[in-house]
Amino acid sequence: MAKLRQIAFYGKGGIGKSTTSQNTLASLAEMGQKILIVGCDPKADSTRLILHAKAQDTILSLAADAGSVEDLELEDVMKVGYRDIRCVESGGPEPGVGCAGRGVITSINFLEEEGAYDGMDYVSYDVLGDVVCGGFAMPIRENKAQEIYIVMSGEMMAMYAANNISKGVLKYANSGGVRLGGLVCNERQTDKEYELADALAKMLGTRLIHFIPRDNIVQHAELRRMTVLEYAPDSKQADEYRTLAKKIHENVGNGTIPTPITMDQLEDLLMEHGIMDAIDESVVGKTAAELAVA
Amino acid sequence: MPQNADNILDHENLFRQPEYVELFENKKRDFEFGHPVDKVKEIVEWTKTKDYQEKNFARDSLTVNPAKACQPLGAVFVANGFARTLSFVHGSQGCVAYYRSHFSRHFKEPTSCVSSSMTEDAAVFGGLNNMVDGLANTHSLYKPDMIAVSTTCMAEVIGDDLNAFIKTAKEKGSVPMDYDVPFAHTPAFVGSHITGYDNALLGILKHFWDGKADTAPKLERVPNESINFIGGFDGFVVGNMPEIRRIFKTMGIEHTLLCDPSDNWNTPTDGTYRMYDGGTTKQQVAEALNAKATIVFQQFSAEKTAKLIAEHGQEVVALNHPMGVAGTDQFLMALSRISGKPIPAELELERGRLVDAIADSQAHLHGKKYALYGDPDLMLGLTQFLLELGAEPTHVLSTNGDDKWAAKVQALFDASPFGKNCKVYPKRDLWHMRSLLFTEPVDFLIGNTYGKYLERDTGTPLIRLVFPIFDRHHYHRMPIWGYEGAMRVLVMLLDEFFESLDANTIIPGKTDYSYDIIR
Repeated sequence: MAKLRQIAFYGKGGIGKSTTSQNTLASLAEMGQKILIVGCDPKADSTRLILHAKAQDTILSLAADAGSVEDLELEDVMKVGYRDIRCVESGGPEPGVGCAGRGVITSINFLEEEGAYDGMDYVSYDVLGDVVCGGFAMPIRENKAQEIYIVMSGEMMAMYAANNISKGVLKYANSGGVRLGGLVCNERQTDKEYELADALAKMLGTRLIHFIPRDNIVQHAELRRMTVLEYAPDSKQADEYRTLAKKIHENVGNGTIPTPITMDQLEDLLMEHGIMDAIDESVVGKTAAELAVA
Repeated sequence: MPQNADNILDHENLFRQPEYVELFENKKRDFEFGHPVDKVKEIVEWTKTKDYQEKNFARDSLTVNPAKACQPLGAVFVANGFARTLSFVHGSQGCVAYYRSHFSRHFKEPTSCVSSSMTEDAAVFGGLNNMVDGLANTHSLYKPDMIAVSTTCMAEVIGDDLNAFIKTAKEKGSVPMDYDVPFAHTPAFVGSHITGYDNALLGILKHFWDGKADTAPKLERVPNESINFIGGFDGFVVGNMPEIRRIFKTMGIEHTLLCDPSDNWNTPTDGTYRMYDGGTTKQQVAEALNAKATIVFQQFSAEKTAKLIAEHGQEVVALNHPMGVAGTDQFLMALSRISGKPIPAELELERGRLVDAIADSQAHLHGKKYALYGDPDLMLGLTQFLLELGAEPTHVLSTNGDDKWAAKVQALFDASPFGKNCKVYPKRDLWHMRSLLFTEPVDFLIGNTYGKYLERDTGTPLIRLVFPIFDRHHYHRMPIWGYEGAMRVLVMLLDEFFESLDANTIIPGKTDYSYDIIR
């Protein structure tokens, strides 16, 4: 049996992480890989396209019903979807209460102890938003994900988040084996998006592993709770995901230790590409009305 | 004033003096405004009924007086069992004060253990700095050979990563790069102290056997004839471990006790303070990999550890705290089978004496009903021994025992005519036990110090055979394992029986026709 590959997808909320990861993993499954997806997002929507179901019973909700995680069995939480991809969602508290980070730790410990990873080729963690606390960094600890893929776009805040996630990876890269596998740019059709993403990747000491063009077919598939791979396997977009999957599959061992940049450097980058004008310090903090008077 | 310097009254008697009696009455009347005495009495009586018991057992979201402690307590126990090892608990200070006082109250010995003293800022920013400073301080102040790290809830909730933290601390020079800092994540809100024992021991074995967190080559196993022994979390460890050593020695078997805190919690008063005493050395841990087999004396205390050892190619014999005649037979025969050495006449003699003692006294224990609670393995051992004595372990309860454990207890019941009317209660607490003691009374209760509240409420005499024992001294010094240990347990059971019988017959001219000289 080949060695278990563990990867994780991070990225700013709403960037299309779950869509990208599920389509990519569906492509990997098409290549014959045995895959387990671990959704680490309290919204529990990381496996929706694979399972054709909006939300499934999560580890934490079932544990809350049963009394404790120790009362759960693996079969209770693991569902099998498209091309035998195994899916689990850690779940977590309602917004505003509790600690979702601890939920991630609890869930991953449970899965390891119950032998959920046995016989798999890939384990993929889909993690919400930024690395906001220690719990959300669980998937990048020693002996967990070896490569992190950051999903981003040409928007400033998505790039900002990508940089922040790199900081998190750097923290663990020095003491452990986690590496940044690369950036995945999900096209938003912003100005000079490819160039920006590519430049950011270089500054972060990694590479833009793939640029996924925008295509409405993703929406169509998503409305049907399907991946593009399943909905329209012959489409051009499906091929894009296949390409990404192939690149990730071949990217083993090519991860790097990221070199995060400062906010100033990020702004400079936007200026270099003419996205942002050089900042005239005299206008900072002035409203439009105030500027008109001046 | 009832108190004066010439005759100081202890609180036992002080508060019975008229001044205090009046004071308490006034306080009740003028400030407390509680329910009328009759009403309180009525409710107390109701808590003794079957009706209340049903409601009590239907409880699903509340635990009242659990018969278990938390994981780090077990981890501190383990660290104490290794030579010149300091237990380092990453988390808040109050938790560590609890582990220390808990052990010190039981063993009547100081228990060394340091904390990384995480406070509010550490909760926000993570405890890395606390780890860096804490390891540096521990290393330079207390000069241990090894620092065994575990965690409290606080560090676990915020997700501190021990592996990464310890590596970073080493890079920052807290301790030398090749210094041994085994670690275990021990979230207190998962499992119990036996889970913590398991995790901590697993952490130490993994550290030495599997390449010291990727800083050294993994050890290659070169099998030899030695046998490892893992005792599990044990409140009688100070008495039990020397007994185990004696048994191994008597049988002439090379052995390693993996985790032996019996000297650390038994230092003499001879003018020399010993911060560390005895325990398993680092070299012994490394060499333990080569052993032929490992005996796990308490299966539920070392489930993950047993798995690791088996994966390294050793035979693992998992026992359930075997005690009494059949239990000790089972243990010794396992030793004999693995080592190929016969059971020596000396031990056979001890066995014969134990059987003789049991025969002498069995009339008094036959058919006596017992309720017992505690750690899963100890409950299995005691159940087996009680059945062997012809007693009935009517209620066997464990908070940290699960359904798998319950099935094992049931199997013991089924194998004995005395187990017919006995019942096992997994995942229950002392408030459940209270109901049981009222609705289905027994003759004796076996438990720990906390059981004295049940003794007070239900009048069931308590026999202290479960950790922690705070209110009796030195029980922990005497073994309860082996034939000698079984003798001790037998005497404890008999003592309580005779004490009760005497107390029950002591009224002159009324019941003392049975207040006999000869029992």
